[in-house]
Amino acid sequence: MNNTLIENVDLKPSWFAMRVQLIKVWVYKNFCVLGDIIFFLKKSIQLFFTKPSRFPDFIQQLEFIGNKSVLIILLTGSFTGLALSYQIYMGFKLVNATNLVGPTVALGIFKELAPVLTGLIVAARAGGAMAAQLGTMRVSEQIDALEVMGVDPVQYLVSPRVVAAFIAMPMLCAIFDFIAIYSAEILCVNVLNLDAAIFWDKINLWLKPRSVAEGLIKSAFFGLNFAIISTHAGFYARGGARGVGRATNKGVVNSMVMIIILNFFISNIIRVYFSVVD
Amino acid sequence: METQAPIAIDIKGLKKSFDNGKSFVLKGMDLEIPKGMITVIIGFSGTGKSVLLKHILGLHQPTDGSIHVLGRELKNMNREEIIALRKKMGVLFQHAALFDDMTVLENACFPLKEHRPDLSKKQREDMAFHKLKISGLDPEHYSKMPSELSGGMKKRVGLARALALDPDILLYDEPTTGLDPILTEMVDDLINRTHRSHEGSTSVVVSHDLHAAFRIGDNIVMLDKGKVLFQGTPDDFLNAELDLVKRFVDKGMGRKK
Repeated sequence: MNNTLIENVDLKPSWFAMRVQLIKVWVYKNFCVLGDIIFFLKKSIQLFFTKPSRFPDFIQQLEFIGNKSVLIILLTGSFTGLALSYQIYMGFKLVNATNLVGPTVALGIFKELAPVLTGLIVAARAGGAMAAQLGTMRVSEQIDALEVMGVDPVQYLVSPRVVAAFIAMPMLCAIFDFIAIYSAEILCVNVLNLDAAIFWDKINLWLKPRSVAEGLIKSAFFGLNFAIISTHAGFYARGGARGVGRATNKGVVNSMVMIIILNFFISNIIRVYFSVVD
Repeated sequence: METQAPIAIDIKGLKKSFDNGKSFVLKGMDLEIPKGMITVIIGFSGTGKSVLLKHILGLHQPTDGSIHVLGRELKNMNREEIIALRKKMGVLFQHAALFDDMTVLENACFPLKEHRPDLSKKQREDMAFHKLKISGLDPEHYSKMPSELSGGMKKRVGLARALALDPDILLYDEPTTGLDPILTEMVDDLINRTHRSHEGSTSVVVSHDLHAAFRIGDNIVMLDKGKVLFQGTPDDFLNAELDLVKRFVDKGMGRKK
């Protein structure tokens, strides 16, 4: 009788149970990767301050991440300022509030758009290059060669990139702020016939230094985020050219997604911090 | 082989698994590599030659067993000690692993730049020039990037870089793979010459080229299924009665049964 009962039990897991199991495995795997990235970040920052100094490499990376991104930041910043100010003008015109176009554009740019767009653009440009370069070095045994020559590859390759991204990003974000707000002013004053004095006066009234600081702080963390995710993806790439492609893809996509997610959390942390300080 | 020479690398009971013990690439390997000789490690593909080399270099951690290099156990070393040991080892990788964003001269200078900050740039370059010359590379190539070099030239630069710090142990990972017979012979001669010109140095060559093993080896080690199947002189190897060794010799030397 017992045997009959056992035979009748359906041991095959249900479709739902299998999906739940797959999600569990996916979450567990990604938590492990996240933990690994956090340790990688800790190690890279620690090693930056240990001898031998990697200052020349840091300057080189600062030039690559910072200087070489300026043109693209100027281009995207100016068109973001133009498009945003035009849309806000058109909306505010309906309710006769065009004198608030300046501060609305400024707050949107300084607090949200500049750090996020700078982060996304530089993550795609510099982060992609970092993942591809380190991935190529991994699959062509150059990282192994560094290691066997007694050179710590994390200190040599990762630390300068991570610290340079942390320093360069607020500067790029400031350039984005500057060009976007001046582009908005040019459009509003010269094309849409708003008064320049009112435009700037209202910005002075509504835009606090802490709003500017919030954007710059966020961009520094976005720099840290894309540099560590991209270098981690490249550093542990495997499997030849396809592996390098996968690492680059993973580095760029994960960096961008994390920028959007982090933006929400960091904004709230900063807001809570300022309200506590107040 | 009863080795009288002192031991450079001593491996005992080395096991390595990459899947938490489900399967083992190295299955309790015991191996002594004598000082001052060229030891050639041969074996069929997938027998663990490259994994063994990476253990000697400290790039892989053993699952079980011990590795002593120049009398020191790798497992118990901290970061500084590992770095100090690696300065005494030079490696020529299978595809040379040159840094593709540096010129030939910068590649050869790199270990000196990292570990000899006491030297001026001029002194470092002079030393790198010397090593490149020993490796047989003409000065007209020194300012070229690795992408502009042929396979044989890359190996020469890789060798010059490996020799930069005058290491006690030189390791070669499949140095002749993918090269034509003339270049293969040239690289073998280079290994031989380099070894003889660095008195007391130990060379370990991982290869599956039996001709090369006989040309350069003082000591031949054959691996099979993660263990040492045979260790001895080239003559011992030729006369070995083991079935697998005979098959390897027959196939490797192109001898008909």
